[in-house]
Amino acid sequence: MAGQRLLLAIRYNDEHLHEVVDDRIWLHVCSCHENACRSGKVSEALWLSIRLAAVVSVLLLLVGAPIAYWIAFSHRRWKFLVEAVVALPIVLPPTVLGFYLLLLMGSNGPLGQLWMRWTGHPLAFTFSALVIGSVIYSLPFAVQPFASAFSAVDPALLAAAATLGASRWRRFRTITLPLSRAGVLSGFGLSFAHTLGEFGVVLMLGGNIEGATRTASIAIFDNVQALDYASANHDALVLLAISFVLLTAIYRLNRRSLHNWSLR
Amino acid sequence: MTVDARRLTACIRYPLSQFALDVKFEADPGVTVFFGTSGAGKTTALNCLAGLAKPASGEIALDGKMLFSARAATNVPVHLRNIGYLLQGLALFPHMTVSQNVAYGMADRADALQSVSEILERFRIAHLADRHPREISGGERQRVALARALVRQPRLLLLDEPMSALDLPTKQHIMDDLHEWNQGARRIPILYVTHDRAEVFSLAERVLTIERGKIVADGTPTEVLYAPRTAAMAQLAGFENIFDAQVIETRAELGTATCRINDSELKLESPLSSHSGEPIKIGIRAGDILLSKQQIEGVSARNRLRGELVVLREGAEFVEADVNCSGVTFIVHITRGAMRELALQPGQFVWLIFKTHSCLILR
Repeated sequence: MAGQRLLLAIRYNDEHLHEVVDDRIWLHVCSCHENACRSGKVSEALWLSIRLAAVVSVLLLLVGAPIAYWIAFSHRRWKFLVEAVVALPIVLPPTVLGFYLLLLMGSNGPLGQLWMRWTGHPLAFTFSALVIGSVIYSLPFAVQPFASAFSAVDPALLAAAATLGASRWRRFRTITLPLSRAGVLSGFGLSFAHTLGEFGVVLMLGGNIEGATRTASIAIFDNVQALDYASANHDALVLLAISFVLLTAIYRLNRRSLHNWSLR
Repeated sequence: MTVDARRLTACIRYPLSQFALDVKFEADPGVTVFFGTSGAGKTTALNCLAGLAKPASGEIALDGKMLFSARAATNVPVHLRNIGYLLQGLALFPHMTVSQNVAYGMADRADALQSVSEILERFRIAHLADRHPREISGGERQRVALARALVRQPRLLLLDEPMSALDLPTKQHIMDDLHEWNQGARRIPILYVTHDRAEVFSLAERVLTIERGKIVADGTPTEVLYAPRTAAMAQLAGFENIFDAQVIETRAELGTATCRINDSELKLESPLSSHSGEPIKIGIRAGDILLSKQQIEGVSARNRLRGELVVLREGAEFVEADVNCSGVTFIVHITRGAMRELALQPGQFVWLIFKTHSCLILR
């Protein structure tokens, strides 16, 4: 895996990487990495992951729904272009995405500079950077279930609502959204699970700062490197359980909703 | 506002895949039926009126207010037109109860609660208020959809084959309630789309027949259905026998014309017409033909044909017989009683008797 290789590179080729990347932050990453290995605080990382996943999946409801609505109902000729861009994170190696996001958010990047002006401190290697990166990384996991649920709503219902005086916003709120409940919850759950499990983007954007950017998946890797299999296993098991429960719930929900609203 | 002002005037042009919808009509308060085969453009016309489809050109005005005008670039959005529309399949909201469905269009109105409970009573669905659409019968769904559209006091009501799945008594009940609602000061134009001629007779005050996007007839049900002008309309209006024919002789002194059917030896006496020599079509209702086991003399009917009884099919209401006269097959409807009394069997020879008047000459 690309992320693993990267971390190994940091560990064994420190000198060399400093020349290549030429960013003082990497030093910080490595020192934090060493600290983390020593303290072995696993549950804090897990808690951070859950917090990150929660913030990201809520944000994706707000960001993903309008994009999904547009994809579901627009007749623009260049719609496929937007669909492809939204789907990119599915196929892109997380390191590639993380690399470009790092350039964007770094102290010389446009977003990083904007952030500096607004808040007075750098964006890269903070929890906020992780949130922004994860929103982009998990975007297709929210948008695609949303869009397919929206477009599955019978257009006759929307037409009927319109003849009953409902504006576009009211039609969305009262017809499209409630009838897409299963799809919306799926997207929410999938983006939560996907954010919980990400590794590469988090490593690129967040480094490995305990309590700020050190997520469970990175902690697990660290623990394995330190031969602390018990701690690694603890976190890994929790992640596995959460993911399994979430996916089971999503599949169950989608199966039920098939029968739910049919008239016959 | 006077009742006279409640008039719909429409001129709609809308390109469809095979032909263009091109209609111009007015509708006054009362039930006007759009009658025609499937795919004739009836639903598209309703969609244009409701604002769900945008005509390529034309004008739509209701109550003297312009809803659509290509020239003036006016196109009032659907949700501001206040036109009630029962779509095919009714489109009840499956996640809402009956009363939530009916109240949907009243969200911004002060009198919502009272109006909803009143209309639930009027359409006899108050006892279903808390049920979901999937828990009620087809006729009840129909009533809910009507109540949902009418509670808003629309200025025009559009109905797109809303009752095709219901039996006739249920239909009649619902239409009686609709007629009762559409009385007095709130009387509005109602456009009802159907391809079922039984519905035309029971519902319509006026019929507009649409064929391939054009209005081909406009009148009372009797005028339109008993004097259809084209073969397609005749078939729709219930003319079971439609033959290709040619007028071979017109006899003005007798008031008849002689026609040859399907290039066969068979000749029919039809009403006088100016189609001499041209290919025409002749329509005869299966119920207008008399079937006899003997040759009958001394009757006024001009057409007395001998033929062989080929098949007898018993239906729910009548028996349908195929009779082969010189290679031309006639469909004849008789009662079950007549079949028993005459002891009819396939293979027998019978006489078909019908008046000149029953032979309708079609374009």
